Amino acid sequence: MNLPSSLAAMEERIRDSAKRHGLNCFDTIFEMVTEEQLDEVAAYGGFPTRYPHWRHGMEYERLRKHSRWGLSRIYELVINNDPCYAYLLSSNSVTTNKLVMAHVFGHCDFFKNNAWFRHTDRKMMDRMANHAVKVRRIIDRQGVEAVEAFLDKALSLENLIDFRQLGEATPPLRSITPPAEDQEAEAEPNYRLRSRDYMDEFINPPEWMEEKKRRHAAEVEAEKRLPGGPRRDIMALLLERAPLQRWEWDLLHIVHDEALYFAPQRITKIMNEGWASYWHRRLMVDDILTDDEVVDYADTVAGTLVEGRSLNPYKLGLELLLDIEERWNKGQHGLEWENCDDYARKTTWDTHEGRGLDEIFRVRRIHNDVTFLDTYLTEDFCERQKMFVWRRDQRTGKREKVTNEFRPVKETLLQSLVNGGAPVIEAVDLNHGNRGELLLEHRHHGQDLRPDFADATLLNIAALWRRPVVLLSMQEEKPVRWIAADGAVRMEEVIRA
Amino acid sequence: MIGPIEKDQRRFRQIVHGTIRRDLKRYVSSGDLIGGGERGAVSIPVPQIDLPHFTFGSGEGVGRGAGEGDEPSEGEAGENEGQHILEVEVGLDELAKILGEELELPDIRPRGEASITAEHQRWSGIRRVGPESLRHFKRTYREALKRQISSGLYDPANPVIIPVRDDRRYRSSQVRRRPESRAVIIHMMDVSGSMGTEQKEIVRIEAFWIDTWLRHQYKSIETVYIVHDAVAREVSQHDFYHLRESGGTKISSAYQLCLEVIKSRFGSGEWNIYPFHFSDGDNWSSKDTSTCVDILRSEVLPRSNLFCYGQVRSAYGSGQFKRDLDQSLPGEERLVTSAIADREGILGSIRDFLGKGR
Repeated sequence: MNLPSSLAAMEERIRDSAKRHGLNCFDTIFEMVTEEQLDEVAAYGGFPTRYPHWRHGMEYERLRKHSRWGLSRIYELVINNDPCYAYLLSSNSVTTNKLVMAHVFGHCDFFKNNAWFRHTDRKMMDRMANHAVKVRRIIDRQGVEAVEAFLDKALSLENLIDFRQLGEATPPLRSITPPAEDQEAEAEPNYRLRSRDYMDEFINPPEWMEEKKRRHAAEVEAEKRLPGGPRRDIMALLLERAPLQRWEWDLLHIVHDEALYFAPQRITKIMNEGWASYWHRRLMVDDILTDDEVVDYADTVAGTLVEGRSLNPYKLGLELLLDIEERWNKGQHGLEWENCDDYARKTTWDTHEGRGLDEIFRVRRIHNDVTFLDTYLTEDFCERQKMFVWRRDQRTGKREKVTNEFRPVKETLLQSLVNGGAPVIEAVDLNHGNRGELLLEHRHHGQDLRPDFADATLLNIAALWRRPVVLLSMQEEKPVRWIAADGAVRMEEVIRA
Repeated sequence: MIGPIEKDQRRFRQIVHGTIRRDLKRYVSSGDLIGGGERGAVSIPVPQIDLPHFTFGSGEGVGRGAGEGDEPSEGEAGENEGQHILEVEVGLDELAKILGEELELPDIRPRGEASITAEHQRWSGIRRVGPESLRHFKRTYREALKRQISSGLYDPANPVIIPVRDDRRYRSSQVRRRPESRAVIIHMMDVSGSMGTEQKEIVRIEAFWIDTWLRHQYKSIETVYIVHDAVAREVSQHDFYHLRESGGTKISSAYQLCLEVIKSRFGSGEWNIYPFHFSDGDNWSSKDTSTCVDILRSEVLPRSNLFCYGQVRSAYGSGQFKRDLDQSLPGEERLVTSAIADREGILGSIRDFLGKGR
């Protein structure tokens, strides 16, 4: 649906304003939709055409209930695509829709310029539609039950991708090819340095040579077990190595591909929302807002920034960006500032550096949530924002405040964001025990896995791998091993000799 | 036309109801249905299916801005964690609607609809005659204005409007006859020694929801609370929920009292009567049970819209009473019995009770 002319004119103005402020966006196409249509699109993750799956239906039902009962509503929905698609709610007031447009341009700029998005497919709209066609075709052949059951398994592995790949120069594997032919064993390299006879014992000491040989043997061994070393992208590993049928491979491939597409949004949520909130504020206040709209505007903004149930990414991101801007405007950074112990001097510190805007543009280019918070979250900020750590009480099931000290707050926050908030699980051996079993290892950083879900997920992996799957982890500070084999799973303590 | 999203939604609902894909049924969480907490917050169950994935077990996180000692509120833990329980503050009427929608409860068809009517006066009419105290100033002015303009007496430079007798308009009342239905809920609870705290809590929650639903259906509603062990007595709402008695159980005593209450206060035939009885299913003797059945069959059931017996499972109860009722009064339309195993069972039991639309 086309925009009404008043909004179309406004869109033009906001676009210009964004450009003048230095935002660099894809072309953005706004669509006016009803609440019901928006819920539908949102249930499909923002895309008008997705493959059929009950999960979308569940999401739709939840969103509909929320809108019908007035519990919450979606203000904006924007898709990382070139051109960018964004949806405006027809029932929103004109002021709110202006605000949404300004907000959308913020997101759009972020999608285009943030380093972690560089490998996402900017024609995802088409790709998703192609996926939908493919899945429907497979359903026609294999039947809806079989396809759905397999998709459920594949979707339960959705977070087993390697988030680190997103920032690397080479794009993550999207089209995965079967492994190359076996290579002949490499000849052992010669470690011996050139030396004269009488010096040889010193330049190439025998123990050292032994050590080198041992290390090389270990490397060769590890390479045999899993070429390329431990892998976090377990879905890709299954695509390469698991004995899947063609249609199963296609489905898993689709799930993997879409997971990779959504991954950058998952690891930049705070920054992305903060950035968009920062810019809708700037654009609205600088250029767009008219006097009679101020109250409506403030009301809407207050709604988005309210600290509700969990940490609000809009609020945290915005506050932190504002903090950075102020600090770099006043030169409150660097060694000298950090080492300053004089509180009075520190609070009034102002070198008129004026580089605030540059700094936040730099932030939006190179950081993700983890590095962003790690670099810029200061003790002062934590205190001002009254941040604290909560923990769920085992007995009462209620959340309880644990501490508001800086270090634990920051650590807990970072911990919850690392690896997209998911546990780090690596595949380490494809031929565990020389029985073709898949060995996974959970890199335990203080938090246990949820056991019943781990059981079920392992069974799903084992169903694809078609051989037993073993997971090493810790439960209650004891090393444990999960073994999924023959459709059953058991957990046992590992007793180390 | 059914769009793709409706197809997905239908499939999801089928999974939740367990008609297809039973393997997923165990991941369905419905959430508690609990109302009237301290803050008036209500949890609404929204069924969700969480596909298993590797995730952390214990809850821990960072919050912001709550004052000292405040308990941070429950809530969603990020976009990928399905949010199961919505805790919101809504009005009771709204709540009943949601409940009805969730449990697919039919609207109740009150009896005696035609016979009981109430007269309402509404000041919605206009007449040409009437007392000056009811003169409708605006309408009168408008009539006068119309007349003056059409007869050319109106002078825009000097816009004086003078109504004459014919211009005057008066408000008039109109009587509307509306069927009105009144209802009474009689809650009876077994408070003998075998009913523990948990059993009472279950009764409390269930009674709250039943009240909410019936209040939504009827304009005026009265509630009577009866507790019984070996003897029955009428108590206040507060006592009903908080009393802890002990001793034996004689259910007939409660039914007897219930009957007396109906006869003395709600006997005129214009009442929709809903007795609810909750117990753990132990009765004093089988002789007393047959007394109960007699009272129900000949006296209480004919007077009631619906008699509901909810049996809460307890560690001490034998659960015999429900079996006895079912056997002695087979095919009795106005009697609904339901077993409530635990809190999870509350929803199902409410659906049993109120699903008939009586």
